Amino acid sequence: MADNNGNKKDVIIKIRGLVTGFGPKIVHDHLDLDVYRGEVLGLVGGSGSGKSVLLRTIIGLNKPREGSIEVFGARTGYAEGSRMRALEVRWGILFQEGALFSSQTVAENIQVPLREYTTMSQELMDEIAAMKIALVGLPPDTAGKMPSELSGGMKKRAGLARALALDPELLFLDEPTSGLDPISANQFDELIAELQQSLGLTVFMVTHDLDSLSAVTDRIAVLVDKKIKTGTIAELRKDQTPWIHEYFSGPRGHAALANRN
Amino acid sequence: MTSIENAVGPSAWFKVERGVFKAGGRWTIAESAGLDRDLRALDPGPAKAITMDASGIERLDSTGAWLLLRTRRAMEATGRTVEALKVPERYAALLKNLEQDDKPEDRPRLPRMSPWRYRLYRIGKATVSAGQQGWRMLGYLGRVTVETGEMIMAPRKNLRFAAMVNQVEETGISALPIVGLLSFLIGVVIAYQGITQLQKFGAQMLTMDGLGIITLREMGVLMTSIIIAGRSGSAFTAHIGTMRVNQEIDAMQTMGLNTVDTLILPRIIGLVIALPLLTLYADIMGLIGGAVMCYFDLGISIPAFMRELQQALSVKALMVGLVKAPVFAFVIALVGCYEGFQVERNAASVGLLTTRSVVESVFLVIVLDAAFSVMFSVLGV
Repeated sequence: MADNNGNKKDVIIKIRGLVTGFGPKIVHDHLDLDVYRGEVLGLVGGSGSGKSVLLRTIIGLNKPREGSIEVFGARTGYAEGSRMRALEVRWGILFQEGALFSSQTVAENIQVPLREYTTMSQELMDEIAAMKIALVGLPPDTAGKMPSELSGGMKKRAGLARALALDPELLFLDEPTSGLDPISANQFDELIAELQQSLGLTVFMVTHDLDSLSAVTDRIAVLVDKKIKTGTIAELRKDQTPWIHEYFSGPRGHAALANRN
Repeated sequence: MTSIENAVGPSAWFKVERGVFKAGGRWTIAESAGLDRDLRALDPGPAKAITMDASGIERLDSTGAWLLLRTRRAMEATGRTVEALKVPERYAALLKNLEQDDKPEDRPRLPRMSPWRYRLYRIGKATVSAGQQGWRMLGYLGRVTVETGEMIMAPRKNLRFAAMVNQVEETGISALPIVGLLSFLIGVVIAYQGITQLQKFGAQMLTMDGLGIITLREMGVLMTSIIIAGRSGSAFTAHIGTMRVNQEIDAMQTMGLNTVDTLILPRIIGLVIALPLLTLYADIMGLIGGAVMCYFDLGISIPAFMRELQQALSVKALMVGLVKAPVFAFVIALVGCYEGFQVERNAASVGLLTTRSVVESVFLVIVLDAAFSVMFSVLGV
């Protein structure tokens, strides 16, 4: 667990001097970031500032040009197949639209990683799938449904259930509350906070939602000018960088932070 | 009282001793397969009241916690009372959370069918869906016919000329290399077979008659149609299907664009123009293939081949082949577009319906070809 007493913290994701880009365009320019065990880190930034690119680079879907990314002490991006597999079973990822396999039922979706990485009996896999479905707050009959029969919010919950299938230590969430109505978004925030606490997860969350930032996150990383600034909300509110100032002190920022107090 | 020591993998264990269930080690997903097997076989002995003491557990995740809860439920189900379930303090929240969320009685029981009933059910379902498919296709044919009629009545209003020309290019001109090569090869094969078989009767000069008639009346149009069904019919389905997945079709409909006008008619008319032209081209390539074979195998020069062919064939043979082409084109385009509109909003559906579109259009082309043969023989053509 992260502590705020200045003691040495366990670093789970360590990014140093990261440079990424597409063609002539540089997205991240020598960016550094640490994510500590047991914390919830929110990543924010303007549209097109490279939040999703950063997430994809950390999980190895995008090759960095320079710099190093270590997750659980092992370098990703350059890691080889078998070493990458060893990392992949320790993290879970919730993609923006859930990214459920459309030809399989929700239960089968959750069982994909179980089937791949364990020797569980089908009976236990069915039980585990039902348990995860309950854990993310979906009704039990969701198990037999196809992804096309689910609403957007249910797809995200089902995607979360799949991300949690292997009981990961680290959870990546890509805009978990986008496209949800405020009530569902609140419930999703609560769900994440609850799961984070009971399962002792480390959460790396890309989000635009100021309410979820203030409700769930311990620390915030702001992606601005191709670099990252981190801090708690209170610290970042004092920051005078124009974009950050505008973000936290604009009308939406005020409303979200006022709610919190 | 018996003590059951369970050896469950290297790092997680449990045992039952004097009415106390003790567990320890790492109860995580990594150990769960073995734990599950052993827990199912667990016999808690004759004790009526059992205490579950899992405070020796070093690591617990949701899978392990679920196994603990399941074990407790299993014991309760056999009439025993479970007095407490002790876990280390830091995992109490996880256990409580799972317990609240997951109530096994909520889970729906799936109805199971006997294999025979299931087979009957599958047959019935397939029959009904085939009937429905045919009925919908008929309705669709009607709609396209009506819209085509309207378009012919008022061409300036509806005809999307650029889209149509584009379709002629995509389905016709881009298919020239593949259709040409395959027809040439088929010509070579037919000539070769003709020569070897007819040589036995000393009638190898009849090869050219046979080649000409088979190519012009049947092979040219049939090969071209099958290639185009695989090439363009599938493309129609995949394209329209992907547009459906992306909600582009919905967007078009809400803007008041008629999908028959914008998507279907350009494809149908484009293919009805392109396929006869391709067929003519395939006929020529097939005859060239045959000529090359005759030259090398029989030593017949190209001018002599042409003379022989001219005597054996009339324009009628060519027309019999060509008249079928627009009909086949219409069927291929109709099926391709129709199946595209049947796509549901998921990725698997596009693949499924593309396959179905090709199978159906090839099937219909061959059935229609047989029907044409019957019709021509009745008419004495």
